[in-house]
Amino acid sequence: MTGVAIAFWVLAVVAVLCSLLVVTSRNPVASVLYLVVTFFCLAGLFVTLHSHFLAAIQVIVYAGAIMVLFLFVVMLLNLGTPQWFDVATTPLTAVALVLGVGFVAALAAAGLGDFEPSVVGPAAGVPPDVLGSTEAIATALYSAYYLPFLVTALLLLVAMVGAVVLARRER
Amino acid sequence: MSEIGVGHYLTLSAVLFTIGVIGVLTRKNAIIVFMAIEIMLNAANLAFVTFAMSIGDLGGLVMVLFVIAVAAAEAAVGLAIIVAMYRHRETVNVEAFTAMRG
Amino acid sequence: MTAANWIWLVPALPLAGVLVNGLLGRRIGKGGVSVIGPGVVGAAFAVALALFLELSAREPEARTLSQTVYTWIAAGDFHASAAFLVDPLSSVLMLVVTGVGFLIHVYSAGYMHDEDRRGFARYFTYLNLFTFAMLVLVMADNYLLLFVGWEGVGLCSYLLIGFWFKDRANATAGKKAFIVNRIGDFGFLLGIFLMFGTFGSVAFADVLPSAASVLEPGGPLALWICLFLFVGAVGKSAQIPLYVWLPDAMAGPTPVSALIHAATMVTAGVYMVARSHALYDMAPAVLAVVAGIGAATALYAATIGLVQTDIKKVLAYSTISQLGYMFLGVGVAAYAAGIFHLVTHAFFKALLFLGAGSVIHALHGEQDMRRLGGLKSALPVTYWTMLAATLAIAGIPPLAGFFSKDEILWRAWDAGHPVLWAIGLATAGLTALYMFRLFFLTFHGPFRGTGEQRQHLHESPPTMTVPLAILGVLSLVGGWIGIPPAIGQALGGVPNAIESWLEPVFADTHAAGTSQAVEGAHAVPPSEYALMAASVAVALLGILAARYLWLARPELPTRIGLRLRAPAAILSNKYYVDELYDAIVVRPYNALSRFAWRVIDDGLIDGLLVGGTGAVVKWQSRVSSAWQSGAIPTYVTVFFGGVVAILVYYLFG
Repeated sequence: MTGVAIAFWVLAVVAVLCSLLVVTSRNPVASVLYLVVTFFCLAGLFVTLHSHFLAAIQVIVYAGAIMVLFLFVVMLLNLGTPQWFDVATTPLTAVALVLGVGFVAALAAAGLGDFEPSVVGPAAGVPPDVLGSTEAIATALYSAYYLPFLVTALLLLVAMVGAVVLARRER
Repeated sequence: MSEIGVGHYLTLSAVLFTIGVIGVLTRKNAIIVFMAIEIMLNAANLAFVTFAMSIGDLGGLVMVLFVIAVAAAEAAVGLAIIVAMYRHRETVNVEAFTAMRG
Repeated sequence: MTAANWIWLVPALPLAGVLVNGLLGRRIGKGGVSVIGPGVVGAAFAVALALFLELSAREPEARTLSQTVYTWIAAGDFHASAAFLVDPLSSVLMLVVTGVGFLIHVYSAGYMHDEDRRGFARYFTYLNLFTFAMLVLVMADNYLLLFVGWEGVGLCSYLLIGFWFKDRANATAGKKAFIVNRIGDFGFLLGIFLMFGTFGSVAFADVLPSAASVLEPGGPLALWICLFLFVGAVGKSAQIPLYVWLPDAMAGPTPVSALIHAATMVTAGVYMVARSHALYDMAPAVLAVVAGIGAATALYAATIGLVQTDIKKVLAYSTISQLGYMFLGVGVAAYAAGIFHLVTHAFFKALLFLGAGSVIHALHGEQDMRRLGGLKSALPVTYWTMLAATLAIAGIPPLAGFFSKDEILWRAWDAGHPVLWAIGLATAGLTALYMFRLFFLTFHGPFRGTGEQRQHLHESPPTMTVPLAILGVLSLVGGWIGIPPAIGQALGGVPNAIESWLEPVFADTHAAGTSQAVEGAHAVPPSEYALMAASVAVALLGILAARYLWLARPELPTRIGLRLRAPAAILSNKYYVDELYDAIVVRPYNALSRFAWRVIDDGLIDGLLVGGTGAVVKWQSRVSSAWQSGAIPTYVTVFFGGVVAILVYYLFG
């Protein structure tokens, strides 16, 4: 087995396990930490796909900023201990499980495991190392996707303002 | 088996997505629900990157960048809302907020 | 100024009386009502008389007047108009209804004098309404309008029987009359439907002339149409088995009994059969049924009348019996004879009832003959007029009843029905017997009432005695319009007036087996005299027997009753027919109604369907509102469920 394969399998299993733990943990802090691990696994998976830049971004922004924010709010609202309302399971749980399994089963039955994309993108022949490199992404970002880039910046501004307004104390 | 193909990554993406969905459906703690949403977004990111690298389209990678950015914005606003919810009702139980009832 | 244009006045005048008496009755007081009520009927009689004279001035073939008031129904193939026909048959009936009706209206003004203003007005409103409906019935030119009048008189009968409705028994009697009539009416309607299906019309002018060509003689269509129509007649004219309402109808005021249940309404069935003779000629089997039921009813009712103690009940059963005679007459295709008896019966039966009313009035409501007696000196006018009527109904010549009854008996014999003749003869004897029993018990012998009643004995006022006298005269001479050739020729060629008058209507009768054509025989068989003598002899026998049993030896009837206890009980309980009907019809029907009410109406419809629908809607809304619980997890689950569904469809669909 190649190194990539081993890396993939290890990372995949850990990611799935940890995301399951995120979803099933009673303690919110534990959930947050598991989620961080999941993000790291995903970053590793990005690396196996040769998109190193995105792996880096994933770790910095997602695992670094967003999860810190989550942890911050958890601590702020004093949710560090298991909450009473999360203990019981409802019939809804069974429905959700059935739907979820059905979703994956449907996709697997449709041949997701052996999927080979038939379309060819514009940069088809480019070697993956170059494709996933920072220069490539930057070039695309500041030329072809310049407008979405600006809009996203605006979006972040709006989100910031919104967050401040929403979380402000009532006078 | 030793060859990891597109299909493997996609299946992993689907599984992670499902786990996220189940989390959203099942949990009643708003913050956990949010985290499950983040899992879903990440699964989508994985799918994007897989496709981008396999068919040779940079658009997928740029998309992932934007998703991460938007996810950040969404997390900020969402958590602000949760804080406001907590201030209002002293709880983050999603079932307590039934004002949209009927 | 053609006479035909005034036809509508005849029914319209009583209708105007209804409106005035009904709406303004209280305003114009008893005096006003007693002028308007009889007055409009008298005016109608005048118009009817004028129409009659107009008819008689014409040639026999041209004796038809008609007027269409308006087109009532024009629906596709079906047409029925409110149109009146004045021909020999209907003119006779019109004169009887308005003439006798007028006399009874006048009498009522005296009889109902003690009513309060509102009741008085109500009475005359109903009586006028009855006259209107009866005139519509006899003057209609199609079966549907006839049926309207038919129903109308049924309604008025109900209203008038239960006139003193505060006594529950009276209201119940009215209900009984209406419901039993309804059964007959159902048959009538079926007959009309069948007629329309066969002929495409219900007008006399369309149905009757073409009956011979459309219907096959003796065929099923003719049979069923005539049978169903006859069912209606059985109900309205109180024959077996639908006669049970008539004795109970005596609960109404006595003038009502005279008018409705003697002279006019109950004769509607006879009129209808006579009018439909063209149809009945095509169904000889039904004619046999008619004659059979008529004869049987005549005898049957006479036996019951023999033991009744209430004076009005005796007269009621007498009416049923005489109606049986009329049906016997039309049943042997002697239509003119049946109508003739209808006319004479109107005279003497109305007189009998009015006389009884006079007696009841004098004794302040006493109707039990065992408490009457010896009233001859106290009520002279009543006495003599009642005597005339009783002799007439017994069939003593030369009074009215003899001619009409004898004509029927002769025609029954002549048409080859000796059994029917024998039944008719026996009934004639019984009739004389029980009618003179009534007469002797009421007017002769010792007075059996209370001392207080004796003190208040007085003859009735002129408003009551004058009509009695007029009817008395008619009972004496009324039969002379129908003198049979057997006597008429002996008297030097006196014609049978009524028979020839009605000839244009009945001329095409294809009655089989008569030795006399309807036009009248020119040779009188000697058997006719023998039969005539037989009927007179039987009547005299009855009178003498009555005299013996109830005058000379009054204790005898009681002893006979004790000796023959079982037959006496059967008779006085009217053959237990009411009890029989109660067990067979009324009780099951009540049970069915109760079932329909509790199970079907309350349980099924109210509970299951209406309540159930409500409950289903409520349940469904409860289930549906769970969708909008406000609980976010539920919303998201459904959302995701939809996504999966779309995915599956997209992948595999």
